[in-house]
Amino acid sequence: MTRSDPPDETEKMRADCLNAWFGELHALKDITLPVIENKVTAVIGPSGCGKSTFVRCLNRMHEVTDGARTSGDVLLDNRSIFRADVDPVSVRQRVGMIFQRPNPFPAMTVRENVVAGLRLSGADVRDVDSVAEDALRQVSLWVELKERLDAPVERLSVEQQQRLCIARCLALQPEVVVMDEPCALLDPIATSRIEEIIHGLRDRYTIVIVTHSMQQAARVSDYTAFFYLGELVEYDDADVIFTKPADSRTEDYITGRFG
Amino acid sequence: MARQHSHRGYEDELRRVRETLVMMGAKVEEMLASSMRALVERDSELARRTLLIDRQINRFEMEVDDQCLRILARRQPVASDLRFLTMALKAVTDLERMGDLAVNVCERVLELNDEPPLKPYVDLVAMADTAQEMLREALDAFVASDAERASTIIDRDSKVDAYYASIFRELLTYMMEDPRTIYRATRIQSIAKYVERIADHATNLAEMVVFMVRGKDIRHPGKLQRPASTPPPPAAQSSGSVRDLVRRGSPKR
Repeated sequence: MTRSDPPDETEKMRADCLNAWFGELHALKDITLPVIENKVTAVIGPSGCGKSTFVRCLNRMHEVTDGARTSGDVLLDNRSIFRADVDPVSVRQRVGMIFQRPNPFPAMTVRENVVAGLRLSGADVRDVDSVAEDALRQVSLWVELKERLDAPVERLSVEQQQRLCIARCLALQPEVVVMDEPCALLDPIATSRIEEIIHGLRDRYTIVIVTHSMQQAARVSDYTAFFYLGELVEYDDADVIFTKPADSRTEDYITGRFG
Repeated sequence: MARQHSHRGYEDELRRVRETLVMMGAKVEEMLASSMRALVERDSELARRTLLIDRQINRFEMEVDDQCLRILARRQPVASDLRFLTMALKAVTDLERMGDLAVNVCERVLELNDEPPLKPYVDLVAMADTAQEMLREALDAFVASDAERASTIIDRDSKVDAYYASIFRELLTYMMEDPRTIYRATRIQSIAKYVERIADHATNLAEMVVFMVRGKDIRHPGKLQRPASTPPPPAAQSSGSVRDLVRRGSPKR
């Protein structure tokens, strides 16, 4: 792994010699990687390279799978998220997650969806309306939906549902937002709106995004990590990765010369 | 660019840009060589024929621009492909300028051929040979993606500059000795200047090759802070500067 410039920034998270297994399958091998605060870190690589597994380790989602285990460490604000006294639920609140397929709660209204996570976490949500408004504003849904807060979510487009899921995550006031292929099901216009939102969220959150689209990584990320066969091949400033990557495997992958 | 793209069409498009650039470079080389031969052999017919090659060079320039734009729009190239394409877009401008300068050489040759010869061209031919060699090697380095070789070309630019200074000094002495030589001497001086510019463009190409291969910008080393202007050619290293020569009036030869 290489890195061009000495970092002049705060590490919000860090994977330290992180390994992950599914049963016998060694899915992640000795990953050491910083996640810089208030920046967008993109994780790219071919299918099966371990990028989703990696982000699922960042909020202890990996261990939920049967037969899954990890070794090494993940630090959040310099403290291990695997310590015995750490509640995985609190980690998942601080490190929120967005998935490829929007997963709003079907029987609920727009408003109820936004605050659902908060309610589930046991928080006492007194001012439901202002929490919902703040979260919806951050994903540019407020103007579109303020008149339809009590409408069922099934009426929303896929893109609106995805933005709603981001709002639901933000209502929990996470510090890190992990997105696993958030635009995979969206058309280019919707994708560009989500990217615009990601850009804006940087001021308040630290973002990690897994993407299959090299162009998306080039557009949205400040730092880019390239994974291959469970290893971190290269991590650097996105400008460096997309203009002069150091490793020939990165070069081959991003220019489309793989395999 | 050793490995092939998984997308064959993309690979072909990139190869076509490379080929067009090389053909364009070969035409510029040919123009430069022919224009110098037309000068030495006082062959006006050759000069006129050579002038026409510029049209082909211009066509190549437009072709490369067009090919690059299409690839940028449709393939979103990155890394070495992106460096290659941005280099190609700039390289054609340099090559096209070299073609224009070779046209200017031909025009001066035609004017000179209407006059009696002033002097045998020794330094000017050697200077043009050096410039041509720089161009050829820049193109070879480009084809071979050889940054090492490209960097050796850059050093040779000072040799061409030194030739120019010396030719300029010599021509001044002619002009001061006999004002009737001024018309011819200024034409020869212009040709020397054109060749000197051609070598500058070849240097640019070599720098681009280094960037394309290594991703490292080697232009303007340590010179970005100072105002960018080229000092007038002669003076400096000559024992008696040109200004001295002018002041002294008639030079001793």
